Amino acid sequence: MRTERAISGPAATWLKKRNRISTVEIAFWLTTLLPFVLFPSYLSLASQIAIAALFALSVDLVLGYAGIITLGHAMFFGLGAYAAAVLAKHGWGEPLTGLLAAALIAGVAGFVTSFIIVRVQHLALIMITLGLGLLTYELANSFSSITGGTDGLSVEIWPVLGIFDFDLWGYTAYGYALAALFIGVLAARRIVNSSFGLALTGIRENSARMPAIGSVYRVHLQKIYVISASMAGVAGALLAETTGTVSLDTLSFQRSADVVVMLILGGTGRLYGGIIGAIIFLVARDRLSDLNPQYWYFWIGLLLMAIVLVMPGGVLGGLARLFQRNAK
Amino acid sequence: MSGETVILRAEGIARKFGSLEVARDISLALPVGARHALIGPNGAGKTTLINLITGSLKPDAGRITLDGQDVTALAAAERVRRGLTRTFQINTLFPGLTPIESVLLAVCERKREAGQFWRRLTSHAEAVDEAFAILRQLHLEEVATRETRHLAYGQQRLLEIALALATRPKVLLLDEPAAGVPKDESAALFSVIAALPADMAVLFIEHDMNLVFKFASRITVLVSGAVLVEAEPEAIRADPRVREVYLGSVGDQHAELRR
Amino acid sequence: MIGNLIVVLFDGFAFGMLLFVLSVGLSVTLGLMNFTNLAHCAFGMLGGYCVVVAMRSLDMPFLLALPLAFIIAALVSVAFERTIFRRLYRAGELNQVLLTIGLVFVAAASFAYFFGTGQQPIVLPDYLQGSVEIGTLRFGAYRIFLVVMALLIAGLLVVGLEHTRFGARIRAAVDNQRVAQGLGLDVDSIFAVTFALGSGLAGLGGALAIEIVGLDPSFGFHYLVYVLIVVAVGGLGSIGGSFVAAALLGIFDVTGKFFVPDIGAFLIYLFMVVLLFVRPLGLFGKR
Repeated sequence: MRTERAISGPAATWLKKRNRISTVEIAFWLTTLLPFVLFPSYLSLASQIAIAALFALSVDLVLGYAGIITLGHAMFFGLGAYAAAVLAKHGWGEPLTGLLAAALIAGVAGFVTSFIIVRVQHLALIMITLGLGLLTYELANSFSSITGGTDGLSVEIWPVLGIFDFDLWGYTAYGYALAALFIGVLAARRIVNSSFGLALTGIRENSARMPAIGSVYRVHLQKIYVISASMAGVAGALLAETTGTVSLDTLSFQRSADVVVMLILGGTGRLYGGIIGAIIFLVARDRLSDLNPQYWYFWIGLLLMAIVLVMPGGVLGGLARLFQRNAK
Repeated sequence: MSGETVILRAEGIARKFGSLEVARDISLALPVGARHALIGPNGAGKTTLINLITGSLKPDAGRITLDGQDVTALAAAERVRRGLTRTFQINTLFPGLTPIESVLLAVCERKREAGQFWRRLTSHAEAVDEAFAILRQLHLEEVATRETRHLAYGQQRLLEIALALATRPKVLLLDEPAAGVPKDESAALFSVIAALPADMAVLFIEHDMNLVFKFASRITVLVSGAVLVEAEPEAIRADPRVREVYLGSVGDQHAELRR
Repeated sequence: MIGNLIVVLFDGFAFGMLLFVLSVGLSVTLGLMNFTNLAHCAFGMLGGYCVVVAMRSLDMPFLLALPLAFIIAALVSVAFERTIFRRLYRAGELNQVLLTIGLVFVAAASFAYFFGTGQQPIVLPDYLQGSVEIGTLRFGAYRIFLVVMALLIAGLLVVGLEHTRFGARIRAAVDNQRVAQGLGLDVDSIFAVTFALGSGLAGLGGALAIEIVGLDPSFGFHYLVYVLIVVAVGGLGSIGGSFVAAALLGIFDVTGKFFVPDIGAFLIYLFMVVLLFVRPLGLFGKR
């Protein structure tokens, strides 16, 4: 079969080209550096966005790529946040190991719950993700000796790499969160462009065929769920570390719902959908901050309905269709 | 059949849906390299039998052995890993993936490389080559990078078989491989099937008797969930019971022929 | 102590009956149309506000305002069903979830705009206030009324589904839509009517809930979780299942909050997760 390598040229070239980094992507990442110079007063918002984007990316891995609907991913976000904060509370405020601990704890929680997740579908799946999220929230509320209950925790975080102190302006916070997001996207990119990513797409496209090609696909689903949980945990830890606080709302249903809204808004299954969604969602919320939160959700609700009815695929999906039409 | 090595053996397979017996004490043995046709009127339980053998359905009774090993309790995917693979009567493909991606996925699954999330897809060089070779074997190399949903129907039928071949089956069960394919194309499709490796046992469901008699070396006739007769093609052709079954459902036959 | 327990159990059962009225409609429509309608409780909320307006502005008596809540919730819901929801019957759960959650957001904000974010209390008629003494035990009159109402509705639903032509059609459509359509049943209008009835019951539930749990713009969200638990645990399309699940949930919730207030909610979620893990189709679900 080796001798046929030359013949496999076109297909191999196509496979290689499939996932090449585009100039748009490079331009995008250069733009993310602009807040440092252009809008230094918005650096804390920018780091919120980077963190939310990483969280949305983690949800995209399970929802967009593996097709698992989750309404309880804040569970992992919050676990990660508390892991880093509790560690800092007990005298270890080193941020990078904090992220590692968060990834580990959220990953273990993801591993345990994955056995339930991959065995149910439809309403039961939605209810179980929702239920697990609410359950974790109640647990954190009950164990107030560890979590600080409704007061939350306030912690001191050491400088990043021992050099960059978390400053009042948020230069370090944004740089740190942006770097984490960048690494997260690189990792997610590698994952979705691997044979494993192909298998996930296969499950989403037609899970009925998977056993017939010898795929024990539940194991794939469990694996991506654990990866996603870890990533969500890192996002949570980033929030705890950059703000120096953690509260119960990191675990709330609201956070689970918001992240799905962001992802849907940007577009699922495209890696960058969550980032675009997070930018639009959080910038809009910041602009409309004088608005009563009640009314803010009026617009979010309308937007959700509009996306489902007239713009399936979110912003990126819409743009992709636009380009395809122009290309023809 | 005693002299040949049996690769797949089904014994006393039975299954009920409620009070409806869809499989009644069915036994079947495929020797290595078999070309075995499964025929019978609509609703005879042909697809159900394939579902039962491959593990999509659990039999109420009976035993299935593959290469001497009991696989009755194994999940469908595990049977595929041991070399018992099927195709589907209704296209069961990955509409958004290209043929090269689909077959590559199946090859990676077979090589247990599909879970390696840290490796670039193109680094599975051997798998890529093998996937492309399979596509070439089935005349799909021209459309290897076109999304499956945009392929012509006949090409999708070929891709069904390509996906199955990627699992390197010892036993291949083809559920109406030419279903819905125009008559002139279905002969071409069967020539691909005829060119499958000689040591691969193939069981196929087909309604076109010309194709059946041309390609099968042994035929099982299934009626109402039970084996009516199993014999060589010539014996089947002469069997009055088979004639009666087919005369009784002559309308069906014509419908099948016209497709 | 025992007397105390009996009263708490009864209160729990009454709360469960309220949940039954709120959720049974969703169970039937989900079973029938496979439409994951997370806005179900928003229609409940609509019913609640109808009663508030009817009683305050129109001086309507409570018992007359209840059917009004049913009718308005039914009419509004069927308008949504005909114009928007029906487009999504084949669109997959995620889209249904997003659209209906969006509707809940919009509904909550709209009610907050018109009525403010505060609680909307109503004054019950005298005969529903106070309590009834049986031996040494005191049972709330309104809770007895609730239980009677719920049993009545459950009875009507069972009779309606099992013994009327329309019920037979609904059951046929639930069992197999394609066959029902082939038999000449107008599945489309069966959907619409069933949806209206289901949401109407939610509206009635929302109205009945005001006295027990209060009414504010967050109602559509807050009680959604309870309702979904009832539907998922009871099993889609099963009236008996919803009844049992609602009764259990009500009793667990009230007794849990009474005896172990710290972990009451936790236990309920845990119970649901474990049950759905063991029986993904719920207690009485068929598919």
